[in-house]
Amino acid sequence: MAKIKGSIVVDKEKCKGCGLCVVACPQDVIALAKEVNSKGYNFAYMVKPDACIGCANCAEVCPDSIITVYRTKI
Amino acid sequence: MAETIDIIKDENIVYQKSKVLTDNVMHYCPGCSHGVVHKLIAEVIEEMGIQENVIGVSPVGCSVFAYNYLDIDWQEAAHGRAPALATATKRLMPDKYVFTYQGDGDLASIGAAEILHACNRGENITVIFINNAIYGMTGGQMAPTTLVGMKTATSPYGRDIDLHGYPLKMTEIVAQLPGTCYVTRQSVHTAATVRKCKKAIRKAFENQEKKIGTSFIEVTSTCNSGWKIPPVEANKWMVDHMFKFFEQGDLKDAERDNPDDYKKYIE
Ligand SMILES: Cc1ncc(C[n+]2csc(CCOP(=O)(O)OP(=O)(O)O)c2C)c(N)n1
Ligand code: SF4
Ligand SMILES: [Mg+2]
Repeated sequence: MAKIKGSIVVDKEKCKGCGLCVVACPQDVIALAKEVNSKGYNFAYMVKPDACIGCANCAEVCPDSIITVYRTKI
Repeated sequence: MAETIDIIKDENIVYQKSKVLTDNVMHYCPGCSHGVVHKLIAEVIEEMGIQENVIGVSPVGCSVFAYNYLDIDWQEAAHGRAPALATATKRLMPDKYVFTYQGDGDLASIGAAEILHACNRGENITVIFINNAIYGMTGGQMAPTTLVGMKTATSPYGRDIDLHGYPLKMTEIVAQLPGTCYVTRQSVHTAATVRKCKKAIRKAFENQEKKIGTSFIEVTSTCNSGWKIPPVEANKWMVDHMFKFFEQGDLKDAERDNPDDYKKYIE
């Protein structure tokens, strides 16, 4: 059976670390990094990349529109 | 991990930033609802293919700089006067899609008269009303929409009815006016409500083609800085408190009243 595989790319310099994507993700893919970007924000990143299903929930709730979502069948 | 990198190709993109949004970094605080609503308006404009035919009227408030973020024609109104400016614009250019974007201080306080009369006249405009129950821009003062008991910079012991009066439900008020056709209260705190809100915004723009009256969308919102609650908890606070008073959903989905029904009184 074909499996859905997703991934996201976060523009980490524009991320403000609000964390809304973290709670929007049904797969707990996203976490806020311990490091900060040049503005001092703990940016979002994929802590469990393999679990991403490309549902785009994270990107839809992102106030700064900085998440791009990819999805394919493998 | 190898798989993850593999699928990052243009043909696999299922969601990306709308082309109607500029590349400017938004000045809003982390997690602010304004950014989500900007995005939805941009997506609707892009999907309807009306970027060259839409005119926004921005308010005074945190979203005063909306024109930096949506790549469309804009006008900047004096505080609360966006519906008056939108009225003139729509009447002069009836083929353009005209919308106001207003906060609760702007729309429910200093601009209460303008919005009521624009809605009562049934102007064929769309109103996007960001209700975060506070004056965000000026430092979190009490707004007409602040909940009873809610602490703000100017109600440090919580809003007190004897002192400050009752919170105002603008959306319920405009739903009763004969000029409105579509009045709804939405939110953007989850992916599901974001999608619903986008549909509402699209409908409100499409109503302008039908010339059936004013479409009014309240988006019950958060102001993390003004509320002094971090973004994720602010959304929860909104659900637990704001939603009880500002009930979510459609209040009106019709057409503005039939003028003939009003003529009969002097016949
Ligand atoms: C005529 C006038 N009066 C008062 C102000 C000060 N002022 C600026 S923004 C604002 C209220 C903003 O609150 P709101 O409309 O709720 O927008 P938010 O920032 O919460 O999105 C006020 C009173 C002003 N700029 N002009
Ligand atoms: S002060 Fe409030 S309304 Fe203004 S940008 Fe910050 S969170 Fe948004
Ligand atoms: Mg406000």
